[in-house]
Amino acid sequence: MQIIFRQAKAGECVVTAEAGDNLMHVALANDIAGIPGDCGGQCACGTCHVYINADWVERIGSVMPGSTEEAMIFGAPVDARPNSRLACQISLTPMCDGLIVEIPEEQ
Amino acid sequence: MEQALEDIGVLDVSQPQIYRDDSWRPLFARLRTEHPVYYCPESRSGPYWSISRYADIVRVDTDPLSFSSSHLHGGVTIEDRVAVSFMQMDAPMHTEKRKNVTAVVAPKSLAQMESMIRQRAGRVLDALPRNEDFDWVQNVSIELTSMMLATLFAYPIEQRQKLVHWSNVLTADLDDPESPIRTEAERQSGLQEFYLTMMELWQQRQKEEQSYDIISLLAHDEGVRSSSFDEICALFGLFLVGGNDTTRNSMSGGAWGFSEFPDQWRKLKADPKLAGNAAAEIIRYQTPVIYQRRTATREVELGSKTIAAGDKVVMWYISGNRDESVFEDADTLRVDRPNARQHTAFGMGPHRCLGARLAEMQLRILWEEVLARNLDIEILGPPTYAFSNLVRSPTSLRARIRG
Ligand code: HEM
Ligand code: FES
Repeated sequence: MQIIFRQAKAGECVVTAEAGDNLMHVALANDIAGIPGDCGGQCACGTCHVYINADWVERIGSVMPGSTEEAMIFGAPVDARPNSRLACQISLTPMCDGLIVEIPEEQ
Repeated sequence: MEQALEDIGVLDVSQPQIYRDDSWRPLFARLRTEHPVYYCPESRSGPYWSISRYADIVRVDTDPLSFSSSHLHGGVTIEDRVAVSFMQMDAPMHTEKRKNVTAVVAPKSLAQMESMIRQRAGRVLDALPRNEDFDWVQNVSIELTSMMLATLFAYPIEQRQKLVHWSNVLTADLDDPESPIRTEAERQSGLQEFYLTMMELWQQRQKEEQSYDIISLLAHDEGVRSSSFDEICALFGLFLVGGNDTTRNSMSGGAWGFSEFPDQWRKLKADPKLAGNAAAEIIRYQTPVIYQRRTATREVELGSKTIAAGDKVVMWYISGNRDESVFEDADTLRVDRPNARQHTAFGMGPHRCLGARLAEMQLRILWEEVLARNLDIEILGPPTYAFSNLVRSPTSLRARIRG
């Protein structure tokens, strides 16, 4: 399947991924700038913050109110938005083919 | 448990002496292999659990429901303290209050600070003597971080030594023979001046247009404005120490690290793009904040031990960063270490350091400016360290610049 990463400065980057892959690891493996993922995917650093494209929010799901993921998103210096998610908390399923992920300017 | 204790005697890694002597490495190596979750039955601050392995530290730090930071339980230092910044709070209050101040280190604010930081770093380096001994801690680390602190607080730059003094008072260990204060009461009265000064600035800044410095951002934030006097003071204190000691100590730790591993300096010189990763690695190597404490809110099984509700649980970040199962050759500084960023020095989980990017930026800029000037720095001997189990703070590091 294909995942599309978009960033204001760097532009668009289309990469290939497999069902079951973790979105943060997909970004890292493809050298996508702007997703440092400092904690290695443990929902413990908040540096894999991404915005899910509006067309995909429903399918991917919003962050759970009161969850650790939500606390990490609110606590990070990057702007929290209704479509904010931590990439490391998203496991790709076959229906994610074509997913568009927007990357914050810097984190 | 009894048996284990007899075997090893009491392994009390909370003794400030072992950080002053820099003799902590073998003690933690032993804890990690033999007693990763260790109950220390007695110490100057009473009994506490030592968590020394990387994975267990992450486990505790990311489970705030079982392991509380709340000041109601005594906060985040081994001896109970009653400071009330959001560092000593749990969700949902913590989330709310922390959100109020994230603008201080938002990418936009950092971008605005970068050129000023670079300029000041350059000026400090240019003013260093040549072919003459000097103290790297005093002339570089303290000089630079106090300038940055003044920038961050929009405080008069010529009075920056005051900020350094207040920060020292705030972090002083009362048992330290060289401590500027002797009692908790002296600490509080010493800090009064700081709080009043900042409060005055804060009130003044409310009337001015918002700018990117901390006081201004806090002055214009509704959530902060409606907080209690004590809470606002605690916030000032949090940023004072956060923005000062830790970064200062990494600047000294980096200089010492490069002198211990000159090949790493050559590697960085050959590929200056490594400066960002080198900054993260220096922070891992130094680990300026030695530990954070939590209090168990319920009975928890960890590493086949049972931690009881109410027990103090200490996450030794300094040990997590030496865990060989995560960091190969952990005692070696490696500027191109692939997983350097995964260090525990900023903590993990909802309380993870808010100033992480700012700290990394300051360090990266310092070393970039040293490289840009092609300074030939010679470190003349190992640093001396402060008597503290909380901050790993070099107090002097003799250096000379050839040329
Ligand atoms: C190398 C430099 C630094 C190190 C090693 C460091 C380390 C830490 C650590 C270990 C924590 C606690 C994490 C936890 O409990 O999980 C923390 C929290 C914090 N740091 Fe830093 N810090 C550094 C620089 C800074 C700077 C420059 C600032 C100022 C902007 C700052 C502001 C804070 C704040 C506000 C918190 C409280 C976060 C919370 O409780 O939610 N730090 N830092
Ligand atoms: S990688 Fe750290 S929270 Fe996702």
